[in-house]
Amino acid sequence: MTKEWDATSEHLLRQLAPQVLGTVARRFHDFAAAEDAVQEAMIAAFTQWPREGVPENPRAWLIHVACRRMTDHVRSEIARRERETAVAAEVETLAPTPEIEPDLDPDDTLILLFMCCHPALTPSSAIALTLRAVGGLTTAEIANAFLVPDATMAQRISRAKQTIKASGVPFRLPSPRERAERLPSVLHALYLIFSEGYASSTGSHLQRLDLAREAIRLVRNTRTLLPDNPEVAGLLALMLLTDARRAARTGPDEELIPLDKQDRTLWDRAEISEGIELLTAALSKASVGLYQLQAAIAAVHDEAARVEDTDWPQILALYELLKRVSPSPMVTLNHAIAAAMVHGPAKGLHLLQALDTDPCIAGHYRLDAVRAHLFEKMGNHQAAIEHYRIAAARTTSMPERNYLITQAARLAGD
Amino acid sequence: MKYILMMNTMKDGQGVLGWPKKDLQTHISFMIGLNKELHERGELVSAEGLSFPDQAKLVRAGKDGGPITDGVFPESKEFLAGFWIIDVDSPERAYDIAARISAAPGPGGAALNMPIELRPIMSGPPPEMVHREL
Repeated sequence: MTKEWDATSEHLLRQLAPQVLGTVARRFHDFAAAEDAVQEAMIAAFTQWPREGVPENPRAWLIHVACRRMTDHVRSEIARRERETAVAAEVETLAPTPEIEPDLDPDDTLILLFMCCHPALTPSSAIALTLRAVGGLTTAEIANAFLVPDATMAQRISRAKQTIKASGVPFRLPSPRERAERLPSVLHALYLIFSEGYASSTGSHLQRLDLAREAIRLVRNTRTLLPDNPEVAGLLALMLLTDARRAARTGPDEELIPLDKQDRTLWDRAEISEGIELLTAALSKASVGLYQLQAAIAAVHDEAARVEDTDWPQILALYELLKRVSPSPMVTLNHAIAAAMVHGPAKGLHLLQALDTDPCIAGHYRLDAVRAHLFEKMGNHQAAIEHYRIAAARTTSMPERNYLITQAARLAGD
Repeated sequence: MKYILMMNTMKDGQGVLGWPKKDLQTHISFMIGLNKELHERGELVSAEGLSFPDQAKLVRAGKDGGPITDGVFPESKEFLAGFWIIDVDSPERAYDIAARISAAPGPGGAALNMPIELRPIMSGPPPEMVHREL
């Protein structure tokens, strides 16, 4: 008995990936090998199911295929060890029975999330492993999303697993204290997946996997597992409130369209309503964190029907709070912009001076880009042109460079 | 972030052609080992060596748009010998890799300390898109 492959099947398959991996990893006590086996089962499903239909019990099918791969893997490992050392025994006990009861544990996805976003990993490897192990994506899809060869991505993932193995993390849910300590790195990894996807899912990159949607899906899942955590809800709200502007943020030639020039009728009202609803509920809880505050700022923009309706004093107040809760040079930069909108560009330029001595951002193109905008607002076009050009020389983003040189040319032509 | 690391060769025969066999082997196995290591770390996007400069052609479009090819360029002293495209987590890591290449063993096994030109590769829209007030 099978069911036809349809639009929902791929989603189902991806949702099942971490559950299947949890089962197999616990059964064989080998996360790294289990992760490879599940990837192979996923690829098998992606090839077979569209052709032959979705099996009646898709989870059991995947577990069965993954366990068979694991058994093969264990056998060949044992054969290798036997050849090398001529010791055997303990062997067959590792092989599972062919009929497997899916010992489903709802915490598995959460365990995997904490494991893949382990602080021992670099952000790029944590992201790659999370997308494969928790997101159920194939290596090829992930490689394509980051524009690197498949083999490069495969190595990155395998190295991430070696790091996890070497750090000796057990396959179980971290204690509540550990969870609280490590949740920020989980949320940060999901945030990075989103920002990478949101920035690049445009124009010629449309063929690439939509990482922003993938990040939203992963945070939605995380929220069902941690429903009471206001920062998880805040992150989901931030993603939705930002993603809502997707259609308006680039033009036909992939040119960047800044917030104040966007066609607001293109903003996605459904995403905005959902984001605001989530945020309102999250803010009513005890602590206000970094994602809730950023979501609140995004919400103020989204609620303004016209750019001149933007409640800048409110945004400025939120940045003041964000500066206290989670200070960073980018927050200081945006705070200066908000201050310029409320108190005039001179105030903003004055606040930016503090960043010139901060090694984390001094020399960053955004600092010059913002100065250029503020000088332009003041009517000092010469200084604006100069800073647009410095920023253009410093950015490593092609659409950004096109945007900045166009701004400089526009002013120079006046 | 992606970088290209470019290694130059001298036109006047100071390149690998005059080296003793043992030194050549040390150099070649160093390069192969380095590429293998970069691949295993998931950092290597591609690495290519280029043919010797005498295979180079200078091409310009003629009046009819068709190609007019020229031989070598007598005015150049240095030629691109090969390049690496890497995808790494930080600029510092890119500098480290460039320094490793720079110190590749040359004649007598001594470090060449050749200059490696490193340039960031332009990317798509910047991640700062998520939060930009301007």
